[in-house]
Amino acid sequence: MRLVAVICRRELLAYFSTPIAFVFLLVFPLLAAAFAFYLGGFYERGIADLQPFFQFHPWIYLFLVPALSMRLWAEERHSGTLELLLTLPITYWQAVLGKFLAAWLFLGMALLLTIPMWLTVNYLGVADNGRIFSSYLGSWLLAGSMLAIGSCMSALSRNQIVAFIFTLLACFSLMLTSLPMILNLFRGWLSQFWVDAVSRLSLISHFGGFQRGVIDWLEVLFFVLMIGFWLFASVQVLNNRRTR
Amino acid sequence: MLEVQGLSKSFGRIQAVKNLNFKLDKGTVLGFLGPNGAGKTTTMRMLSGYLEPSAGSAIIMGHDICKDSLSARKCIGYLPEGAPLYAELSVRQFLVFIARVREVPKHSINSSVAEIMERLYLTEVAEQSIETLSKGFRRRVGLAQALIHDPAVLLLDEPTDGLDPNQKREVRRLIQAMSSEKLIIISTHILEEVSALCNRAMIIANGQLLADDTPLGLLHQSRYHQAVTLRVDDPQAIASALSNLPQAARVELRHQELTVFPIDGAQLLPEVSKLAEQEGWQVHSIRQEEGRLDDVFRKITTEVQA
Repeated sequence: MRLVAVICRRELLAYFSTPIAFVFLLVFPLLAAAFAFYLGGFYERGIADLQPFFQFHPWIYLFLVPALSMRLWAEERHSGTLELLLTLPITYWQAVLGKFLAAWLFLGMALLLTIPMWLTVNYLGVADNGRIFSSYLGSWLLAGSMLAIGSCMSALSRNQIVAFIFTLLACFSLMLTSLPMILNLFRGWLSQFWVDAVSRLSLISHFGGFQRGVIDWLEVLFFVLMIGFWLFASVQVLNNRRTR
Repeated sequence: MLEVQGLSKSFGRIQAVKNLNFKLDKGTVLGFLGPNGAGKTTTMRMLSGYLEPSAGSAIIMGHDICKDSLSARKCIGYLPEGAPLYAELSVRQFLVFIARVREVPKHSINSSVAEIMERLYLTEVAEQSIETLSKGFRRRVGLAQALIHDPAVLLLDEPTDGLDPNQKREVRRLIQAMSSEKLIIISTHILEEVSALCNRAMIIANGQLLADDTPLGLLHQSRYHQAVTLRVDDPQAIASALSNLPQAARVELRHQELTVFPIDGAQLLPEVSKLAEQEGWQVHSIRQEEGRLDDVFRKITTEVQA
């Protein structure tokens, strides 16, 4: 765990030595607020909640998370530092976890910078703060899942643009698996049981529970397993490169 | 300290490294020579734990690189080809990161980093971000990174590549200073480096080990070994006189220089100088050749391709 922290620290240090941190930490809160005000009708609804704010998070993540995750491994591969990192006495798990945690914490910081929204809503009326808290938690878990997918896609390619597009596609599909449009694709050749299983993978519906103010530990577990699965896949991809 | 057994690596159908076997002890500075694409870097990558061998293995300080990669990696300092570095960090930040991962004790991290920067003349750029540094500085940061935990085994992949002559000498001096307490493997295609630094040399081409000797032993394989080269005023006439010597196998003329090659085991220098004195030739210089490494290198590496 100590080594995971060391890797994580270096990653964060790198974020803040480049314009990535500044741009990201500025763009995310601005976009989130802009969506809430202009598309979500934050004022016009006249309700003191953050529903219009959180409902757009998946869509903002859809573009910003792949932008953050595409560099995770592809950049290291491209610049050759992957060789440096993976010949240090650390396991692949420690490397994958350290880099993932850094990016996830970073997204957490971006989320924290939207707290003025929370304060505003309390100023404007009586808000359900428990519900807002659970929405924040759900949002962060959702971001983590997408990031883990991005980690795997970035490990697969040495090209950052390819990693970006693959992550975007993978996240988009996983977000929408509960839509009939996607489910109909599976209906023809999967039994109802598996179609249901596919529809349950939908990231947006799992985020929904959190937005209603419920912290269901099974839902938390879903996201944790999702993250675990994709990080495991990242480790396998890296291992595969070693033994190819 | 390091034992390589049947080490092989294939990428698909291409066999990059074929069945390497050798054993090295402390105090060895091995020059790993070969043309580009010979399998030097692939071998270094297997020893460093970056690639897994397709067959065979290596034991480093008692740790098998396949079965106990982590312990093996702890004993190694590795400078990958091209010295890749986290360019967005400052020199100090980068070295502190490596020291932490390398488990340098917490209380001595700052002093270790300061000391290694001192040794490699990096102190003046300590706070500068690596991407702003010149090639020579970057290479030294790469070396500092490989040395910070005082490893028993050093793997340096082309440590002086792209450095100017002064920087090359600096790096060689540094390697020489450490050579008695460590086992050092230097991969290079610069031949002078091997004669300057190494006490053992291996030549590899097409993934195969073709020669394993001391640099001096390799020189003895050169056709120039014991040959005599002289600069004279009238080379044409003198060449024919020299070729009549019973000890001379052949005479070659290049520009103003004549090189006389001996028949096996013959001593040419005394004969040539005696003849020059008798005939009263105008000799500007005369020297006996040790042998030429580039000649041996070419001979060994082209034989395998033919």
